[in-house]
Amino acid sequence: MDYFLTEEQQMIKEIAHKIAEERIKPVRAELDEKEEFPTELLKVIAQSDLFGVAIPQEYGGFGGGCLENCLAVEELSRACLGVSTSFAASGLGAYPILLFGSEEQKQTYLPDIASGRRLAAFGLTESTAGSDAGGILTTAQIRGDEYILNGTKQWITNGGEAEIYTVIAITDRAKGARGASAFIVEKGDPGFGFGKKESKMGIRASATRELVFNQCRIPKSRLIAREGMGFIVAMKTFDQSRPGVGAQGVGVAQGALEEAIQYGRTRVQFGKPIITFQAVQHMLADMATQTEAARALVYAAARFVDSGAKDVSKISAMAKVFATDVAMKVTTDAVQVLGGTGYMRDYPVEKMMRDAKILQIYEGTNQIQRNVIGQELNKEGGRKK
Amino acid sequence: MHIIVCLKQVPDARQVRLDPETHTLIRQGVESIINPYDLYALEAGLRIRDERGGKVTVLTMGPPQAEDSLREAISYGADEAALLSDRAFAGADTWATSFTLARGVEKLAPFDLILCGKQAVDGDTAQVGPGLAERLGLPYATWVRKIEAVEEDRIRVQRLMDDGYDRLEITLPALLTVVKEINEPRVPSLKGKMRAKTQKIPLYGAADLGADAGQVGLSGSYTQVMRVFAPVRRREREMLQGPVEKQVHDLWVNLKNRQLIPFDVAGSR
Ligand SMILES: Cc1cc2nc3c(=O)[nH]c(=O)nc-3n(C[C@H](O)[C@H](O)[C@H](O)COP(=O)(O)OP(=O)(O)OC[C@H]3O[C@@H](n4cnc5c(N)ncnc54)[C@H](O)[C@@H]3O)c2cc1C
Ligand SMILES: Cc1cc2nc3c(=O)[nH]c(=O)nc-3n(C[C@H](O)[C@H](O)[C@H](O)COP(=O)(O)OP(=O)(O)OC[C@H]3O[C@@H](n4cnc5c(N)ncnc54)[C@H](O)[C@@H]3O)c2cc1C
Repeated sequence: MDYFLTEEQQMIKEIAHKIAEERIKPVRAELDEKEEFPTELLKVIAQSDLFGVAIPQEYGGFGGGCLENCLAVEELSRACLGVSTSFAASGLGAYPILLFGSEEQKQTYLPDIASGRRLAAFGLTESTAGSDAGGILTTAQIRGDEYILNGTKQWITNGGEAEIYTVIAITDRAKGARGASAFIVEKGDPGFGFGKKESKMGIRASATRELVFNQCRIPKSRLIAREGMGFIVAMKTFDQSRPGVGAQGVGVAQGALEEAIQYGRTRVQFGKPIITFQAVQHMLADMATQTEAARALVYAAARFVDSGAKDVSKISAMAKVFATDVAMKVTTDAVQVLGGTGYMRDYPVEKMMRDAKILQIYEGTNQIQRNVIGQELNKEGGRKK
Repeated sequence: MHIIVCLKQVPDARQVRLDPETHTLIRQGVESIINPYDLYALEAGLRIRDERGGKVTVLTMGPPQAEDSLREAISYGADEAALLSDRAFAGADTWATSFTLARGVEKLAPFDLILCGKQAVDGDTAQVGPGLAERLGLPYATWVRKIEAVEEDRIRVQRLMDDGYDRLEITLPALLTVVKEINEPRVPSLKGKMRAKTQKIPLYGAADLGADAGQVGLSGSYTQVMRVFAPVRRREREMLQGPVEKQVHDLWVNLKNRQLIPFDVAGSR
């Protein structure tokens, strides 16, 4: 399908594709097996300038937007979701600064994130606050020129590996949802530490850790926007990032589809390649159709976000929920097409299926996405009366 | 530091086939790529530049479309490029190629280091690097597998040998040809690709290089390719087994029986 990408957007795809084929594919199984963080691959990605695709040129980036990010993420995800998650989480950590940071904060942090010199991460979730972000307990109290942070963030992608963390904490409990604020915390800040690395079902190359704040002191200037803006910062960040999770879904689905087609053409049973059996063909046809539909929706959503439209939560959630449900289905079906071979670690599709599951969970579960969409529908319906 | 990397545009060997009738290469529809060894030379140059500063200039002699390979090199991070192209350059052998490249290098002087691939995957002679060094009167090392240190006026390298490696210290300016063990080439960058689209690449023809028609291309070449063909594959083969003495004896008898050893030599034993 021709999505009328610009020459620059084609270049992004080409570079990400080259990295995926030449660098990621040969090592993905080993990274998965050993749960090894892809430090070397992230250096390659950094050298190719991809960390800067969605960061403005004045901060050392390429000046693209949500679509450019999606294109890079999709190609990397075609090869390995563990690597693409590590890549995309840095972008997630950058969005609060990009969207709400002061000029000084942007100058300080964005060039390093754009060049890949420093990795970023985003910390919202806590043990008491998953889908219900309002349940966070981590606090930030102002003391003179500093904020003092206390609490523990759970399951933070790039935790321990990243240098720059954007973190949501309560500054005024009495104000409820308006009492949360966003902060920048750097690795090495006094009182800031990490929990053990989690052992996971999929995206095992990515690192997931606790962020532990124990009387952690940061300069006052690390507050993003104003006190009380924390959840707005988080929600606007997700509006930008969710099509990117959709793009991860499109990428892994595409990767699984390609494996299934190749296998179907070469595996002979009953004297014929299995791709000639109508039941297999129809499965592949559905997989291809769903993947293409997901791609079309993700690109359309990304373009809508990039248009500067105000209310993008609904379409952004749609792109995430649809493309990641497709990813789960297509990767599961790919295992089916490969039969017992698909179940074996020697072939990439079982990993794709394990990896795909996370897409329905993080950055808001798919139930929560449907809540977002449903609430918007209710609001829109109310306005029409 | 000014580093010049010589690169050759070659047909993608993975796609090349021989015409079964004429036994010549089918070049039509075959994509051109940068000679793979030259990408290692380029990476070696880029690493020295990244560490010490300066610039990397890529140089090629070839038809006008060889400019594509120079632009590709820019997308990898080369700073400048120069194309040597002229109808008169066509059909050059290694003698004429190294002559023309030497004239091109002089246009780009001053320089500190010239890097070439070990060999081109189509011509395969591995002569152009050393030939170019001789033309320019430069010290050189071939088959370099590691650059140990670069200083203002000298470079220390490891040269791959059949039985290990040599360590050499060479004064600059110098020329090196590199093997693939030397590094892992980077991927192109977005900013490099953007620059590659628009960067001006100077073109030098025979007149610009002050070269006579008799010095370049086919007329400046000593070798003339009569015919390109695929050697007939003989399937017949015999493995000699046993202790070395027995193998040598069997080989000798074998060669004698096939009359591959002149009678008097065979008889004198
Ligand atoms: C590998 C990994 C990486 C992660 N990376 C990050 C990160 O970088 N930064 C970060 O902040 N967080 C991160 N998270 C946390 C992630 O965003 C949360 O796990 C997710 O938001 C869900 O929260 P929960 O796991 O607590 O599930 P819960 O909220 O406990 O949900 C459990 C189930 O209940 C359903 N449910 C809950 N509430 C509702 C409702 N109102 N309506 C319908 N269904 C509901 C959910 O959909 C889910 O099926 C990561 C998680 C994982 C596993
Ligand atoms: C199909 C075919 C037809 C040919 N026809 C003729 C012919 O008609 N007459 C004839 O005499 N010879 C002919 N040749 C040989 C041709 O002359 C050589 O290919 C050429 O001189 C370069 O030598 P090489 O390829 O062996 O390079 P090598 O010596 O193996 O290359 C070593 C290194 O030198 C550098 N280098 C080589 N060539 C260039 C270049 N053009 N620009 C920049 N750097 C370079 C690169 O760094 C390369 O890695 C033909 C070759 C082929 C494949």
